[in-house]
This record gives sequence, structure tokens and C-alpha cells, in this order.
Amino acid sequence: MVLKSHRSSRVHPQKFALWISMASMVMMFASLSSAYIVRQAAGNWFEFNLPNLFYVSTVIILLSSIALHKSYKSFIAQKETPYKRYLVLAFILGIGFVVSQYLGWQQLYALGIDLKGNPSGSFLYVITFIHVLHVVGGIACLIVAMIHAFTLKFNVTEKRKHRFELVNQYWHFVDVLWIYLLVFLLICK
Amino acid sequence: MANITPYEIEETKLIEEQGFDDHFHDHHHGDKFQSNFISTYIFSMDHKMIARQFLITGMIWAIIGAGMSIIFRLQLGFPDESLAWLKPLLGRWIVIDETSGVGSLQPEFYYALVTMHGTIIVFFVLTAGLSGTFSNLLIPLQLGARDMASPFLNMLSYWFFFLSSVVMFYSLFLSTGPFSGGWTAYPPLSALPQASIGSGTGMTLWTVSLVLFVVSVLLGGINYITTVLNLRTKGMTFWRMPLTIWAFFVTAILGLLSFPVLASGFFLLMCDRGLGTSFYLSEIFIQGSALDFAGGSPVLYQHLFWFLGHPEVYIIILPAMGLVSEVMSVHARKPIFGYKFMVYSILAIGFLSFIVWAHHMFMSGVNPFISNFFVVFTLIIAVPSAIKVFNWIATLFRGDLRLNTPMLFTIGFVSMFISGGLTGVFLGNSAIDIQQHDTYFVVAHFHIVMGIAAFFGMFSGVYHWFPKMFGRFMSETLGKIHFWATLIGAYAIFWPMHYLGMAGVPRRYYKFDSFDAFGSFGDMNMFITIAAIVVFFAQLLMVVNFFYSMFYGKKVTSKNPWGASTLEWTTPIEPGHGNWPGNLPAVHRWPYDYGKDGNDFISQITPIAEGEEVDAH
Repeated sequence: MVLKSHRSSRVHPQKFALWISMASMVMMFASLSSAYIVRQAAGNWFEFNLPNLFYVSTVIILLSSIALHKSYKSFIAQKETPYKRYLVLAFILGIGFVVSQYLGWQQLYALGIDLKGNPSGSFLYVITFIHVLHVVGGIACLIVAMIHAFTLKFNVTEKRKHRFELVNQYWHFVDVLWIYLLVFLLICK
Repeated sequence: MANITPYEIEETKLIEEQGFDDHFHDHHHGDKFQSNFISTYIFSMDHKMIARQFLITGMIWAIIGAGMSIIFRLQLGFPDESLAWLKPLLGRWIVIDETSGVGSLQPEFYYALVTMHGTIIVFFVLTAGLSGTFSNLLIPLQLGARDMASPFLNMLSYWFFFLSSVVMFYSLFLSTGPFSGGWTAYPPLSALPQASIGSGTGMTLWTVSLVLFVVSVLLGGINYITTVLNLRTKGMTFWRMPLTIWAFFVTAILGLLSFPVLASGFFLLMCDRGLGTSFYLSEIFIQGSALDFAGGSPVLYQHLFWFLGHPEVYIIILPAMGLVSEVMSVHARKPIFGYKFMVYSILAIGFLSFIVWAHHMFMSGVNPFISNFFVVFTLIIAVPSAIKVFNWIATLFRGDLRLNTPMLFTIGFVSMFISGGLTGVFLGNSAIDIQQHDTYFVVAHFHIVMGIAAFFGMFSGVYHWFPKMFGRFMSETLGKIHFWATLIGAYAIFWPMHYLGMAGVPRRYYKFDSFDAFGSFGDMNMFITIAAIVVFFAQLLMVVNFFYSMFYGKKVTSKNPWGASTLEWTTPIEPGHGNWPGNLPAVHRWPYDYGKDGNDFISQITPIAEGEEVDAH
């Protein structure tokens, strides 16, 4: 709910609020990354390769982002069926990402990398886990978007477009965040 | 019925003619926002009510936090006296010697008191109670907005703070006591549940409480920033915002960027406590046996903690600075001196606060070359701070001062900020810090510069905006007694502490009887304790004044009792939901037109007269 008042900016307040919360999430992952670098520089750091499933997850979440984008484009273009189909596809791929990350952790564990062991492993588990938590938040938003898509009459209004944009932006954000984390983990291995 | 002056009639006309019609009152909101007791006073979504909720919760915490300091000051000032009379309050934390009947405070509880005093005052009183109260009250009112961008998130922000308060309050009554490892919660005391009696359940609840608190700060901050960026009224450009708003805006940004770092630091801490990771714990022997942890670094926690911790002191002091600038200008009947420089120094302080955190860690084994970097930036903070102090003094200079309670507290603030700021220059220097660290010099420094000074800013705000919050004035007589007792008392407490610190007396010690070198300071400690008790009772006087005036204070009879030019004084005496009954006011000028062209003040809603020089600041 946003209140009526004089608007001093053309951007919707909720969108601003979302961007500001993204800044705050970026700070959280920046702090975890820098903690990782600081701890790594202190030595006693076990090196290992990332589990292959993490690359699978990357493909899945990228496809999911593309699907959601297609869904949004179809929504704008007033095409009801592709809008719904792509939305569901994005949701399924989102679930797929979480499952793939979970299997990735199991792969890691099978390699002998334990949460309790060397900090290099602990960091990997913790950072990817916090990221998955953010993805789960995004999946919750996708569920709300699907409820809207399937219970409300198809109608492209400003309000629905605006809401859909919020979901979209957050979903792309967690996608980009994952790409960043993957690149970071690869560089600072 | 209030007297309606010709000025007010003209003002109302101005808002109707020049104002912005946002069709706010087209639909009736009353039933949704203030229909019954619960939606008006408890789960309120009105920013003015939420501000009052933050203020009163903060006051309750301030009494608890200050009360704790009195108990540990009694221990320090009168270590041999019997504290048996505190037994009914503290229960088994007071141990009574069977033969002599002398009751003494348990050393473990002394540490718990010190820890809780710090946590409560820093987070619950000076963060939530100060910026929570005044950001909520003033951002919409001074910007000409109907409410916060999201009234719902705003309500959640208060209730997360409330929940966090409940958890912390509950931890005070645990049989093992609340957390006792210092408000900074350094590992290993915070990471090993078996490290001390407060490190078990006490620490768990402490962490839960602070995580809830971080959520509250983030929800509040998102709202404050969005409102400032998005809901300014017609004509309210950035350079026409009062300094209070600038201060709250930068404060919210600092909070939003630094609290998530604390949250991730806590997350790693919880993993160490519960899941057996070794982020902060290295090889440790405890009670004769080696633990499984290997290779962690407690310094890593310190980095994460102080990356929040340092911006946090500016989260505390910036709102106070904003309030002081505004109140001072109104009661000196002069424009604030150097408005733009005030804004630039707020921004500079905000920026610098992020790159000085390691000055809290000079003695933690940080590389001395890295320390140099932090010394330089720490000392550079003196520049914007000095600019602000200069501007405040220049604002007072040749002003037509009204020496009422709010004004006295702003002057007291400047005095405290100078005294405490100067010692910061000593401590910011890593070489001198080797001698001074962890002594009472540090305690004196930060209490004066961010504790007392922030309280002074808050008091000036409370006395000044009380008429807006409750439609009545606070008692001037009680207010002046409160001011003088607090000013003199605060110096009496903290001035001697500098001497203790320079003599090397360490902080956090329960008793000094086994150190000959510190034995001679018994009288000084006694003096400090007596001063602290006096100051504590002066604060109770303020609380009495607050609640008494809420019901029986002198009524406000005009919309603008102080003759101020900002927008909150163009609302009705007791503004309803939506703040302005009709249109939103439109803004035509900056907020500090006092004494211009022979006028006492010109409200921001007054259009620029013909031939008038504009924005000459």
C-alpha cells in the first residue's frame, strides 16, 4: 500500500524501496566476500574445485531469468497464454535452481568438504546458503505473481504492470548476484 | 478554542491557493486508520503515532539502561559498602555474607550490567529512540508528505523493535543472566556458550534480539530514504530541505549500508556457536580440554562488527546534529550559518564514517601500516565536525537568543561535542592509543561525544517538538532544572574520568583493590558515582515533566508557537491522519528565512515577494 501524496520523482516509491533494499543486500554479500578474502589471506586455506552442479544451477537460473523476462514482455503485449506459460516456467526453473544447489552441497560433502572443516568450505556453504535464502524469497514473490496470473482476470493495468516489474527486478537481481558469487568464488579459489 | 491570528488565516489561504491538491481527502480514510483504540494507539500506521511509540519505548529503555549504570557505579564508587538493600531488586545477583551481613554484587553480574548498559543505550535508546522518533515525526511533516511511503512497513519497523525489546528484556531475567561479554560481543566470549555464564542462553537471546533490531532498522531506513526521495511536496527541492531531514536521510543511508554487514557477522557467529564452524575460533583450551575449532580469526569478527560499529556512532550523532541545527536556528531567530556547508559536512561525515572502522582495533594486532591509513581518515573527520561547530557558534553569534529549554540543550550539545571531540583527536592517533586504549579515557571520550551529546540533541528535540506531538508545552522550570543538573552533572561524571584514564585505570574492572597504583582513586570514583546518581534523578525529573505535561501542560494556542518557518508548523495544532486538512502546502523558499528584510520569520510556504533576493544562502 502506498499513500497518496505529492510525488517528487517519477519512479514509483515501491521501486525505490526495492532498489534501496537491493543496496542493502549487496552490502551483505560484499561483507561476506571481503571476510572471505581477509580469511583466505591469513593462510591455512584448503583449496578445491567447485562442484559441477553449481554450473548447472547457473544455467538454470539464467534460463529462469530469461523466461520471466519473456513472460513480462508477453504481459505488456497483452498475450495471455505465453505470459502464464513463461511465468510458470520461470517458477519451475527457480525451484530447479534451489534443488540443484542442494545437490551441489551434497556433491561437495561427498568430496569431503564439510561445513565444520576448513574455513574455505564453511565460507562456501554459508555464502551459497544465504544466497539460496534470497532466491527462496524471490520464489515466494513468483508464487504471488502466479496467484495473480491465474485468479485475476487478464487485464494489463498500470498497477499490475508495476507489481510485475517489482517481481521481475528482484528475480534478475538474485540471478546477477549468483553470477557475481560464482565469478568471485572462481577467481578467489 | 484556539485564537486564530490574521497570520494563520493568511497561511491557510496560502495553502489553499498555492498548495498541491493530491485528492487525499476525496476518499474517507478515517475508518481504516483511526477507527478504534487498537488501530489508533497500538497497531497504528500513522507516522506521528509511531514516532511517539518509538519515543516512549526508548524512554523506558533509557531508564533501565541508566539505572544499570547506577548499580555498577555504586560498585565502583563504594566497593566496600553493603549492597544488601538491592537484594529485593537483583535477587541472587547480590550475595550476602552470612557472618558480616554485607551484600556484594556478583562480579559476573557486574559484567552483565556493563554489557547491557552499552547495548541498550547504543541500540535501543540512541538508535531506535532517537532516529526512530524524529525521523518518523519530522520526515513527512517537514517535507509536506501525507505519511511515510509505506505506512505498513513503518508499523512493522516499530513492532520488530518492540519484539527485539521483549527478547532483550526477557534475557535480563534468565537464571544465568543476560549476555556479559561486552556490548561489542567479541568472540570467543560470544562464540563459546561455555565461555562464561552469560555466554549461553543470554548470548543466544542477545543475538536474536539484535537480528530483530537490524530488521527494524532496515525497514525504517528503506521507508525514510524512499520518502525523502519520493514524497517531497511541490517546490521542496533538496536544497530547500531543513537540516534535520538531511541528517535523517544520511543516517538512514548509513544504517542501510552498515547493518547488513553486522547481520552477516552475526550469521557467521551463529554458525560458530551452533554448527561447529571455525570462522572466529582458533585452537582453544577451555577448562583443561582442547576444542575442535581450528584456524578461525577473532579479528575477522572485529572487522565485521566495527564496519557497522563506526557508522553506528554517526547513526547516533547525525540526527542529534540535525535537530540541534534546526532548533538553534529557530530560537536564535537567525538563519543557520553556512547551510550548504552543513549539508556537505553531513555528507562528508557519512562518507568518512565507512573508512575509519579499524581505529577501534589499533590494539587488536592490525598491521601498523594499515593503521596509518585509518589514523589519517579518522583525523580528517575533525574537519567536517569543526565546520559544523564553527557554524553553530556563528549561528549563535549576535542572534536574538531565546534561552528556553530546547535552546539551552542545543548550546549544551555544542559544548559537549567540542569537549568530547577534542579527546577523539588523541584517541584517533594510533601511537597515543597504545597508552589510552581500554582505559577510562576512552570511556570519557565516547560518553561525552556520542552519549551525552546525542542525549542533549534528543532532549532539545523533545522539548522543541513536544507541542507538535502532544499539543501542550513541557514545563520550563522543570526543563531548566533538568538542563543545568544534566550539564553540570555530566561534566562532573566524565571530566574526572579523563584523569583516571591518563593514569592508566582500565575500564571494565570490577574492583581495583588488588592494584596499588589505582588505590588512590577511591575518592574520585566516589565523586563520580555521586554525580551519576544526581544526574539519574534529574532524568527522572524529565520523565515526570514529560508525562505530566502530556496531560496537564500549558496548552498550545496557535499553530506556530515558536515562530518557525518549516512546514510542520503549518499543520493544525493536533494534525489528523494526512497531516494537512486540505491541500498540501507548496514550498517557495529555503527553511531558514529568519530576520530577513525586517520580518521576524518567513514561512516556507510564502511565495517570494517582488524584488526579494532569493536563495542568498
